[in-house]
Amino acid sequence: MVTSIPLLYLLVRTLDAGGESIVAALWRERTLDTTVTSLTLVIGVIIGCLVLAVPTAWLLARTSIPGRSLFLVTAALPLAVPSYVMAYAWIAEFPAMSGLWAAIWVMSLATFPYVAIPLTAALRNQDAGQEEAARSLGLGPLATARRVTIPMAWPAAAAGLLLAALYTLSEFGTVAIFRVDAFTRVIYTAYRASFDRTSAAVLSLLLVALALLLVILEARVRGRSGRWRLGSGVRRAVPRQQLSGRAKALGLLWLISLTVVSLGVPAWSLTMRLLETRRFGFDFTELLGALAGSITASAIGAAIAIALALPIAILAARYTSRVVRGIEGAAFLGHALPGVVVGLSLVFLTLAVLPAAYQTLITLAFAYAVLFLPKAIGASRSSIAAVPPALESTARSLGRGPVRAWMTVTGRLAWPGIAAGALLVLLTAMKELPATLMLRPTGFNTLATELWSRTDVEAFGDAAPYALAMILLASVPAWLMGRWLAGTPGTDGQTGTEHDEPVHVQQVTYVGGAR
Amino acid sequence: MKRTTVFASLVAASLLLTACGGSDSAESADDASSPQASTGEPVVVYSGRSEELVAPLFADFTAETGIPVEVRYGDTAELAAQIIEEGDASPADLYFGQDAGALGALDAAGQCAPLPASVAETVPAAYRSADGNWTGITGRARVIAYDSSQVSADEVPTSVFELTDPKWAGQVAIAPTNGSFQAFVTGMRVAAGDEATREWLQGLIDNDVQLYEKNGLIRDGVDAGEVQLGLINHYYWYRKAAEVGEDQLNVRVAFTEPGDPGTLVNIAGACVVAPSDNTEGAEELLTWLLSDETQTWFVENTFEYPLTPGVAGPKGAPAIEEVQGPDIPLAELEDLPGTLQMLQDVGLT
Repeated sequence: MVTSIPLLYLLVRTLDAGGESIVAALWRERTLDTTVTSLTLVIGVIIGCLVLAVPTAWLLARTSIPGRSLFLVTAALPLAVPSYVMAYAWIAEFPAMSGLWAAIWVMSLATFPYVAIPLTAALRNQDAGQEEAARSLGLGPLATARRVTIPMAWPAAAAGLLLAALYTLSEFGTVAIFRVDAFTRVIYTAYRASFDRTSAAVLSLLLVALALLLVILEARVRGRSGRWRLGSGVRRAVPRQQLSGRAKALGLLWLISLTVVSLGVPAWSLTMRLLETRRFGFDFTELLGALAGSITASAIGAAIAIALALPIAILAARYTSRVVRGIEGAAFLGHALPGVVVGLSLVFLTLAVLPAAYQTLITLAFAYAVLFLPKAIGASRSSIAAVPPALESTARSLGRGPVRAWMTVTGRLAWPGIAAGALLVLLTAMKELPATLMLRPTGFNTLATELWSRTDVEAFGDAAPYALAMILLASVPAWLMGRWLAGTPGTDGQTGTEHDEPVHVQQVTYVGGAR
Repeated sequence: MKRTTVFASLVAASLLLTACGGSDSAESADDASSPQASTGEPVVVYSGRSEELVAPLFADFTAETGIPVEVRYGDTAELAAQIIEEGDASPADLYFGQDAGALGALDAAGQCAPLPASVAETVPAAYRSADGNWTGITGRARVIAYDSSQVSADEVPTSVFELTDPKWAGQVAIAPTNGSFQAFVTGMRVAAGDEATREWLQGLIDNDVQLYEKNGLIRDGVDAGEVQLGLINHYYWYRKAAEVGEDQLNVRVAFTEPGDPGTLVNIAGACVVAPSDNTEGAEELLTWLLSDETQTWFVENTFEYPLTPGVAGPKGAPAIEEVQGPDIPLAELEDLPGTLQMLQDVGLT
């Protein structure tokens, strides 16, 4: 219900307008062009994410490449860089960049961790026994990959791709910087140029329809069958492939290059700006105030998001009815809407329902929760799904009440995934700008708003400390997620040999969502 | 159980941080305000002008009058859209934006109250709304920036129509996604007609025009010799010249000949928001923004043109009366959608 607030608002705005203006807004040659552009962008980013994430995940999960725990963290860190900062950094270093290709490149770099992290976890958490069984039944290595490894890992990748694709649809900064006429840019233009709320709302609904397509596609790909491991006995990690010297060098080259383009370029560009600045000394108290603002608002937002996400995630993990899918799908749809639409819908709703809460910290945190709920749901759902239902039933049959059984069995086993979801919300909320500008209490600053107010007057040098602070702050949750992965089964054996290290079910940590 | 503890500590931490944040902002407010105690209801300003530029100004107002100001900074157009969405419940008392179009939209939505008599006719009629609901505060002129190491002052085109001359092939920079450029194109459409404007834009493209994201980047590009000419707002240059010294710059600016669409004067302006519950404070602030002292502050700090008659303009710039752009009222710049469509059609955005 909560998640459909932006949708309801759009319907109100559209219906307000009446049939003719709806047709007028839709029936333009440009609408088709925009749809094609947005779809091309999304497909490009999906391919880009796969190209960047698959080799990375394989190297980190299945080979003996050195520096794995370091690269796990650097593969998560691009999530800490707002994509508009990344786009600015690239265009500052390479002013000729523009157009669709540039946008696909930068957005793939910004979103590939959504795929790489869950995929690494999924590949790492597969049971060696399953692949061994396939091999012993006569399948070659490629056929094993096709029949066992890929089907087991695919749901994790697909969930990550869905997040990346929805993010791409809703993103505004990068497409504006590279002048790509995607939906968000046209919607912003409708607000900016003509204050035309009807055509903005109609176009937003079209965007929602595109998102619906993606959500259905992902659900298809994910399939209905359960993919947990059956049978007794301890799970064993898949043995790591020993790489030859040359393969090792190539693998390292790949990981280092990826780190350079996804983190090095923005860091270099910002540092240069920082060194160039001489105009104003920057105010440390102001920076601390903004830092506190960012942490407070996004932490409360993450807490609300988890509270809203858990019931949905539990339902989605255990049941596959149409109703449940509908609820889950609705939560994802809002994710495709640009921040300005979600912001305006909450302006509308708060003033209509609870005017006293308008422009308070709680409304802002609530907006974050609505905006980023899918991330919390995805992560919690997959980790709850990975806990065999039989465990909870057993607890019930031994006399525990439903709540207590859930808390002591499923909740306890699934908490790393739930916490990863909270971190992901925290991370994204810190970077959010348009809804923050509209809903923050007057005078309340976050790192994102301070960064914006400085780039707005082209004081890039003054903006650099805020961008760097934001990246450093966001890298704490990103680093934690990377660490947890590093600590998951068999990544680095602390006891015994890597090949037969016992694995405990409760350490399963996914970010995206495998069923 | 463990989870409860985690949440409790999280909440505690955030409360602590809020407390710190709170005291920080309280301190800075104290620094900014005067020895006079802040009395009266605060004026809530929705400002599309950036905090970096205008925050000191509002602090001065509080210091002089004792009226506290709460400023909400945002994008000019988004704040206007927000006030329209808020409707009768809008907490805003004064809207301060940097585009005549946004003010026009607010007014059309019935969100601008009539101007107080004290300022209704302060600025020349060309720089305020015909219905008396919003007024310009400062003026911003379009100019041609040129690289003085490659182009001498008398070689600089005196009309923007010369920019399509093959002589300038690949040497002209524009920022087609920038609001100021778009307002200028709208002005050209009103002054010279759609057909001529479309031809001119196409001529620029055929002449290999260079596209930049923002005015400031064009100024720096011309200074670095990337291009010889660029279309920008005048204050981008005056601000830079004051910052680093004119002798440190290769880039200079020139105004086009009188009547040429090249020198459109647009405004940053304000209106009292209709549902305001502090009209009195808003009107006082508006009057203060148009006072001689404040207008001089704008000239010295943002290098814009003052709109209150009798106040001297930026040093070294021609007087606003001499800057004769096309003779069109700002209210006629409303067809921004048509301009965007044209820019889209020719392929500039």
